[in-house]
Amino acid sequence: MTRLVIGPFNRVEGDLELTLDITEGRVAEARVSTTLYRGFEQILAGRPAADALSIAPRICGICSLSQSMAAAAALRSLSGARPPRNGELAASIAHAAENIADHFTHFYLFFMPDFARALYAGAPWFEAVEARFKAVSGAATVEASPARARLLHVMGLIAGKWPHSLAIQPGGVTRALDLGEKMRLLGVLAEFRAFAERVLFAAPLERIAALETPEELMALAEGPGDFAAFLRVASALGLDRLGPLSAPLFSFGAYEINGAHFSPRGLFDPRNGALAPLPEDAIAEQVGFSHFRASSDDPALATTQPSLENPDAYSWAKAPRLSGAPAETGAVARQAVAGQKLVRALIAKFAGTHVLVRVVARLIEVARLTLAAEQWARALRLNEPFAEAPVTAMEGHAVGRVEAARGALGHWVTIERGMIQRYQIVAPTTWNFSPRDSAGVPGPLEQALVGVETGAAGAKSPAVQHVVRSFDPCMVCTAH
Amino acid sequence: MNASRPKNLLWLQAGSCGGCAMAALEQGAAGFARELQACGINLLWHPSLSEETGEEVLEIFARLESGAQKLDILCVEGSILRGPHGTGKFNRLSGTDRTLFDLVRALAARADSCVALGSCAAYGGIPAGDPDPTDACGLAYERSTPGGALGRDYRSGAGLPVVNVSGCAPHPGWIMETLQALASGDLTASDLDALGRPKFFAGHLAHHGCSRNEFYEFKASARVLSERGCLMEHLGCKATQAIGDCNQRAWNGGGSCTHAGFACISCTSPGFENIRNHHATPKIAGIPVGLPLDMPKAWFMTLAALSKSATPERVRKNAEADRIVEHPRRGK
Repeated sequence: MTRLVIGPFNRVEGDLELTLDITEGRVAEARVSTTLYRGFEQILAGRPAADALSIAPRICGICSLSQSMAAAAALRSLSGARPPRNGELAASIAHAAENIADHFTHFYLFFMPDFARALYAGAPWFEAVEARFKAVSGAATVEASPARARLLHVMGLIAGKWPHSLAIQPGGVTRALDLGEKMRLLGVLAEFRAFAERVLFAAPLERIAALETPEELMALAEGPGDFAAFLRVASALGLDRLGPLSAPLFSFGAYEINGAHFSPRGLFDPRNGALAPLPEDAIAEQVGFSHFRASSDDPALATTQPSLENPDAYSWAKAPRLSGAPAETGAVARQAVAGQKLVRALIAKFAGTHVLVRVVARLIEVARLTLAAEQWARALRLNEPFAEAPVTAMEGHAVGRVEAARGALGHWVTIERGMIQRYQIVAPTTWNFSPRDSAGVPGPLEQALVGVETGAAGAKSPAVQHVVRSFDPCMVCTAH
Repeated sequence: MNASRPKNLLWLQAGSCGGCAMAALEQGAAGFARELQACGINLLWHPSLSEETGEEVLEIFARLESGAQKLDILCVEGSILRGPHGTGKFNRLSGTDRTLFDLVRALAARADSCVALGSCAAYGGIPAGDPDPTDACGLAYERSTPGGALGRDYRSGAGLPVVNVSGCAPHPGWIMETLQALASGDLTASDLDALGRPKFFAGHLAHHGCSRNEFYEFKASARVLSERGCLMEHLGCKATQAIGDCNQRAWNGGGSCTHAGFACISCTSPGFENIRNHHATPKIAGIPVGLPLDMPKAWFMTLAALSKSATPERVRKNAEADRIVEHPRRGK
């Protein structure tokens, strides 16, 4: 057995380290660690309740607005605020823009450049992929940056700026759009759709959103577009057999308008395809292998006390568990829960998720969310309010649950006499990249890496890079 | 120095949220990487963009630290976490036993210029918020006190103090123009304000150019968020005290904090992390405590009373509405 320690791990958000035990050229055991702790939960405690809206989003520069949504949702359920329809629509559009931008950034800037590495030189597909996806200089890499920046003009219209805005409030959003702004919003979305249909998919978004079978998917691979290029590489490298995981898939639900989630809440079992209600009270966070003092496992009662005294600890992330077991979250979980047919079919094939379906689900979501955001923008009724007058009295305990790009995000908040007593954040990658739990059960990525072939490349194994990045980790959210 | 040689830039993330990198990616019609290239900057390594990973990154760091490769511009994003107990172990460089606290000091000693990106790297920022769990500081400041991770006497190879591109997150233009001016040699110590921030944006107040300017002039105030009036009297806005040309630039194509209807929280200033109740104006006997930065209080009070009494009906009504309810027209 040899032990590999891999880091610094870039093109992920934040600080990630892998420790891999290798036997006969394959990963026998993996430990996933985040090496940065900043203390947000400690900083939030003792502050006025509304400060959650300014402090919590700053946990993460890439999921900032999702953090705003979670904080606002928690305070909303304590204050009884009910945002008007325009407030829900505008917040959903901004939230969708962040999640689309994150998926887009992941595909072009974080994930695809790994296939352009010299390690793959000689593969029949390599030259074209290198020219298109090489980090920093590839044609697609260069083309994607301005398209992403332009999409984020949605934030200039609704949120003032991105990252780190205070526009999302419990009672709605802070600015009522006028007619010109609504038209600009539709213009930005139309421009993004045009880019996605011309460059990314080379197909109408409606067709991507409606994909049903693996055969239809592979038919797309013959065509032009960057998605097709990915599908050809995925096929050549067998990415549907890489990084398998059969943990439960769950979503907190997102884009709530008139009491319904566009992206539904639920629990999906990849082994048998069964959909069930999410047992929301069955969430625990354990610290047996984390750099924290033991506290309650219940996020509603836990406090965060960092400590380097636990000799078993190897990560600043806690280990969230659903009904006592690891669970996977993210676009693949959302699309499985939502019943997207292709995603369900790709999962059914191997009774679990894998690198291919994680990436495909993300891109299908780009299509579905862009279409939804267009409808939401059209549905804004400019003669109606975007926010209701704030209700300031807040007392008690609440949970704000949303979906960030990378999956389920929850803020567990206790307010006493207007001040934050406890604040616990369980972020998407805390689930996916959790260390072992107190019973020693490895987290989702730790399981998905087992069996990955490292071969002669050792720590430079591209397969390890693909599996890790297929989850689109956000480590700054993970430990906060 | 050979002016035609591209300048090597290294971007490090310390106790960071990654938001400054995300902001930088919003830069320009051609994209951040292309713009760097166009102004003669060679991106040696960036955590969000570069191909090199693992050992390859450590090799780049080693070449720079030994002096084998020239480090022209070191950018650091995020606070420097000195805890626990001075060990820096709250922020370890993954794949190594080294802390960022240690690595940043070693590389800053080799850098021709050193840039603190964002208020975290400049002054400590949000991680330094009470109770400051990680003993966080900036590169050359601990809040507004000189010192920080590099010490008060730090000067880069070019003889400059740390250049503080503060903001949470900073405007992409502040980042890009600072890097460009360093690469071209146009930025000198006299271009920085007393807290190390480039004057081209720090010479302004966030208030300048605010779209709520007329409401400010007449002290026609919003009572709750989403109303169009001035946010200073009741809703905690610090734009008359905070530096930044925030309202003279477009954020994400045309926004700004106050334009979007929420208060300036003074994110370019040291210590903004410990302001509480960001959307409430602290008052004594009904008078806001934080008056405009350099305005005599008595004058402010007199002018405020005068302008309130002269407020046009249109301004008064619009201030307390979420949309324009009275349109400009000639007075009777």
